[in-house]
Amino acid sequence: MKRMRNMKTVFAVVAAALLLVSGASMAQAAKKAPAQKNIILTTTTSTQDSGLLDVLIPNFEKKTGYFVKTIAVGSGQAMAMGRKGESDVMLVHSPDAEIKMVEEGFAVNRRLIMHNDFIIVGPAEDPVKIKGIKASADALKTIAAGNALFISRGDNSGTHAKEKALWKQTGIDPAGQRWYQETGLGMGQTLNVASEKKGYTLADRGTYLALKKNIALEILVEGDASLLNIYHVMEVPADKWPKVNGEGARAFADFMVSKEAQDVIKTFGVDKFGAPLFFPDAGKKVEDLGK
Amino acid sequence: MDIFLQGIIKAIELLITFDTEVLGITWLSLKISGTATFISLFIGVSIGTAVALNDFFGKRVVISIINTGMGLPPVVVGLFVTMMIWRSGPFGFLEILYTPYAMIIAQAIIATPIVMGISLAAIQNLPPNLRLQMLTLGASRLQMVWVLVKESRLPLLAAVMAGFGGVISEVGASIMVGGNIKGYSRVLTTATVMETGKGNFDIAIALSIILLLLAFIINFMLTQIQQRQRPQ
Repeated sequence: MKRMRNMKTVFAVVAAALLLVSGASMAQAAKKAPAQKNIILTTTTSTQDSGLLDVLIPNFEKKTGYFVKTIAVGSGQAMAMGRKGESDVMLVHSPDAEIKMVEEGFAVNRRLIMHNDFIIVGPAEDPVKIKGIKASADALKTIAAGNALFISRGDNSGTHAKEKALWKQTGIDPAGQRWYQETGLGMGQTLNVASEKKGYTLADRGTYLALKKNIALEILVEGDASLLNIYHVMEVPADKWPKVNGEGARAFADFMVSKEAQDVIKTFGVDKFGAPLFFPDAGKKVEDLGK
Repeated sequence: MDIFLQGIIKAIELLITFDTEVLGITWLSLKISGTATFISLFIGVSIGTAVALNDFFGKRVVISIINTGMGLPPVVVGLFVTMMIWRSGPFGFLEILYTPYAMIIAQAIIATPIVMGISLAAIQNLPPNLRLQMLTLGASRLQMVWVLVKESRLPLLAAVMAGFGGVISEVGASIMVGGNIKGYSRVLTTATVMETGKGNFDIAIALSIILLLLAFIINFMLTQIQQRQRPQ
C-alpha cells in the first residue's frame, strides 16, 4: 500500500509536468490563427551566410503575412527534406540533382532565380601555381599532380556537387587521397578550415566575399564557364503530401521572381563589398547566363 | 588575440546599447532552457526519488540506465526528436518541428536524466535511519518524502544547476529541432554557430560572453538559495 501511495505522488507530478508541456503546445496552436501560415523553406547555407535572406524574407513576410521558417542546410539535405515532404519550398543550387527531382515528380515549378559563380581559392603563396589557369579542371589536375592540400565540403551541398562534377571532368578520383580532405561543414566553416590549413578549395563567390576579411585565401581561378553557380526555386508538390503548404510555397516562389525581390538581389552586397553577390535572373534561360 | 578584444568590446556594446535582437535571443535562451529545466526537475526528482526509495528487481539495471542517460549526446536526442515530430513522423500532427516548443522537449529530454541521476544519488545518500525514524514518529509516506527532498536540498539544487547548464550550453539538438530561425527559435548557442559560419567572429565571441554571463547569473542565484542558512 505504501509503495502504491508513493507511486501515486509520482504519477501526479509526472501528470502535472505533462500538462505543462501540452499547455505549451496548445498555446502555440492558438497563436497561429490563419491556417497554414507557416512555410518551411529549405535552402543552401550560402543564401543565409551571405545575409541575402535576412533582407528578402522580412519583406515577403510583411507583404503576405506568411511566416517563413528558413532551414539553412546544404542543397543536398534541402532537397532530401523536400523529397520527404518535410519542406514546402526549396531555394537550391545543384542543377543536375534538381532536374532529377523534377523528373521524378518530387518537385514542381522549377524557376531560375539568380546566379553568381564559383571560384577556386587558396593561400596567397599558391604552392602549385594554379593562378591564372583558365580551365578549372586543369587547375584541379595541377593540384592533384602536386599533391597540394584540397579541402572539400564533403556534405552533398550544391558546391560539393559542382566540385565532384569538376573532378569527374579531370578523370581523377580524389576520394581517399592524402591531399584531399572533406570537412562535412558549411561553406563558411570550410573556408575557415582551408584558410587555417593553407589548402585550396572551391567556394561560391558570395560566401567568399562575405568572409574575406577574416580569412587568408585569395581567388586563384575564376571566370570559367563551368564555374557558374545557378540558384533555382522549386516547390514541393502539395498533392503528394497533404501537410505541405502549397499555397505558401507558391507565394514565396512568386515573390522570389517578382521585380521587387529581383531588385533587392541586384543591389545586395554592393554597399558592403563593392560588388553584388548575386545576379538576378528571373525569366532568363540558363543557357544565356554569364554571357 | 585582437579578435578576442574586439569580441569583448562588441559584447559590451551590444549589452549597453540594449541591442533588441541580442536581448531577444538571450531572453529566448533563458525561457527555453528554464522551462526545460523546470520540466526535467519535476520528472527527474520524482522518478529519481521513487527509484531511490524502493527496492525492486532490476534496480541496478535501472540506475545504470539513468546514469548512462546523464551523458546522453544532445545530437542523438535532436535526431530522435526530429524524426518523431516530422510531418511524416508519429507526432507530426502536432506541427511543432522548428518551434521553441520542440526545443523545450528536446532540452527536457537531455536534462531529465541529469536531474534524475543526481537526485537519486542524493536521496540514497541520506542516512537510512532518518526514514525509519520519521515513519515511527507517525509521518505519512508523503510527508517523509517531502522531508527527504528538503534534506537533500544542496545536491538537488546542484542537480538543477547541472541540468540547466547542460541545456543552455547545448547546440546540437537545438539547431536540429529549432532550425535557428531568426527572431523565433534562434538562441545564444545556435546564433554563435551561425555567426562563426558567417565569419563574424566578433559577434560570435560577444554572444559567447553573454552566454557565460547568463549562466553565471543563474548559477549565482541558485547558489544563494543553496547556501542559505537553514532555519533552525
